[in-house]
Amino acid sequence: MVGLSIIAFFVFGLKAGIDFKGGALTEVLYKTDRPSQEDLDSTLQNLSLGSVLIQPTGAFGYIVKSRDLTEAEHTLLLKTLSADGKNELTEISFNSIGPSVGQELTRKAFIAIVLVSLAIICFIAFAFRKVSRPVSSWRYGFIAIVTLLHDVVIPIGLFIILSHYYGAELDTLFVVAVLTILGLSVSDTIVIFDRIRENLNSQDNVGSANFSEIVGRSLEQSYVRSICTSLTVILVLLALFFFGPVSTRYFAIMLAAGMFFGTYSSIFLASPLLVLVEEWQKKK
Amino acid sequence: MTKKVILTVVLLLLGAVVGLFVYKTEPKLNGNFETQSAFFKKFPFRLGLDLSGGSYLLYQAGTSNIDSSQVGDQMQALRDALEKRLNNSDISGVFGVSENTVRVEGGDKIAVELPGVTDATEAVNKISKTPLLEFKVEAPAGTTKKAKVDENGQVTVDLLQQFVSTELTGRYLKKATLEFNQNTREPMVSLQFDETGTKLFAEITKNNIGKLVAIYLDGELRSSPVVREQIPDGQAVISGNFTPDEAKELVRNLNYGALPMPVNNISIKTIGATLGENALVAGVKAATTGFLLVVLFLILWYRLPGLVAAVSLSIFVVIMLALFKLIPVTLTAAGIAGFIISIGIAVDANVLIFERTKEELRAGKSVTDAMAAGFSRAWFSIRDSNISNIITALILFWFGTSLIKGFALTLGMGVVISLLSAITITRVFLSVFNFIGNGKIPRFLFSSGVTIKT
Repeated sequence: MVGLSIIAFFVFGLKAGIDFKGGALTEVLYKTDRPSQEDLDSTLQNLSLGSVLIQPTGAFGYIVKSRDLTEAEHTLLLKTLSADGKNELTEISFNSIGPSVGQELTRKAFIAIVLVSLAIICFIAFAFRKVSRPVSSWRYGFIAIVTLLHDVVIPIGLFIILSHYYGAELDTLFVVAVLTILGLSVSDTIVIFDRIRENLNSQDNVGSANFSEIVGRSLEQSYVRSICTSLTVILVLLALFFFGPVSTRYFAIMLAAGMFFGTYSSIFLASPLLVLVEEWQKKK
Repeated sequence: MTKKVILTVVLLLLGAVVGLFVYKTEPKLNGNFETQSAFFKKFPFRLGLDLSGGSYLLYQAGTSNIDSSQVGDQMQALRDALEKRLNNSDISGVFGVSENTVRVEGGDKIAVELPGVTDATEAVNKISKTPLLEFKVEAPAGTTKKAKVDENGQVTVDLLQQFVSTELTGRYLKKATLEFNQNTREPMVSLQFDETGTKLFAEITKNNIGKLVAIYLDGELRSSPVVREQIPDGQAVISGNFTPDEAKELVRNLNYGALPMPVNNISIKTIGATLGENALVAGVKAATTGFLLVVLFLILWYRLPGLVAAVSLSIFVVIMLALFKLIPVTLTAAGIAGFIISIGIAVDANVLIFERTKEELRAGKSVTDAMAAGFSRAWFSIRDSNISNIITALILFWFGTSLIKGFALTLGMGVVISLLSAITITRVFLSVFNFIGNGKIPRFLFSSGVTIKT
């Protein structure tokens, strides 16, 4: 899956939306009948607004994508779309973002992702500071991050495929989704690690069972909970996907995927990795 | 035991009161809302632009001429000038709703939110009419002057470059009035500065006797009188070729607030009313469905504790809703999404406790002991796993544009409140069932799954 996602990334690429690269998006709804796309297309290209892209939406509407517009240009665009008022229309939404705003957002998004990852490594290392036998505490953090990468890459891959076939664009909510998946997925991994920590520290196990057995037992004890929790979160996310606002639809499906793979990876990736690290350490 | 029962009843009552508050303050749920007491009308949900429809405008302020230590202060002045203008019903007509917000964003940008204004042109015009008033003085001798050579070989010295900005701007304007020159009958605009402005103007005139003081309007030189003496009373006159109508309009605009620095629109966002309403209806529907699904799952899977958790979850939901009203939190589509996710997370704490309790039951403990052990052991997992969510929410809140902030805020609040509600409320409720004993039926009620395990 990770491989597939990476392949999708290189084949389709990420389509940045206007949030990041600047530009304008105008959505209009015609009262009675909308003019044909070809007619509008040819008149719009003559407006010196740069390249203008129009997409039909619903039965009576169009979405017009262009570079960022000033208010005068926006008025001109509306006038042209309505053929000087002959075709009655209402503007559903208009969104114009200057390139500088987009750049700043991109910068902030990078900082936020880096900060969240760093904060999470530090936190895990801190939370597991008392557990250094047989695997040192920062390695828990490291493994959690590997798992995180897995959990984030798959929903991103899904998003790329969605964006390729359904025209979803990379926007602010996408970044929010990635960061939320980071939070949710790590909290899932922590619960399992926590169980391992408890079992390692408990009196019955000192000096007796080997590490992989303890990990196995911890997993057995916590997988029901992991699945139940993911199930409830996925339930609410599906509700959001099916009934929620259009603007958060892709967001919901990305999070649901993130949640699903987050749980999967805590059980089938993080814990085996932990055992692997331990065995590798022993050999040395 | 009686103490616990009382505590439970008190909690339930409190939950009911909070719920009633949320219900009573919602116009759509009360048929005769208009006749209700004023108290309930003070707490509506505050909806973001994407749900209520409206316009969002982002302006870049030209701060290059301002000393960097002054930028914050000047931005505040700019904000105040715009706000004064937008919230003045005289000049802005339908704009005179107090919900208009103007905020400084990212140091040198101004964001303007106009709920209900779905015509962006109208919105932009109102703001672009705000005059920009600046006073400049002659550059000190020796400053290189910029000159232009036109196609005929004529050299013209660029007048604009000879003046340098001063601190005196439209910010310190107290009042503008229309006057006519007694000799020429030409219209003039007379300015009266406020206290600080008067001091600044006195200083400027004192230091520039015999020199020109330039008055700029919207970046254009309108008048450059020679200073004859210090002017201590804070009065200035712009007498620059106005038609009477022009002068009248300028006076009006100046009185509704003049800008201390130029602004440049860099982003516009308009959301139509229907689009906003659809998003709102969809958001509410998604939240209700999500909540009901979770409750159903809890009761089917965890039986009695599940029912208790569902009650505790309901209290969690009404507390959140009441907080949204009281703080108040501006709700956006993303904010509702954050709230919905926090419902899922709130369940997590309960699930952790119940799973732990079940294990203890299987280990042969009595129902009471198992519950106590389940709570205390699950607490560390709950705390640790939620801290990562709080970290994410905090960073998102810092990172945020208003859209993201809404999400981060509702998610963060949800996580914190869920910690409280799951640990305290669920715990108190469950503790009441202590008396239930250790028979087969309680064991059934406290175990889980769809089949009866023994």
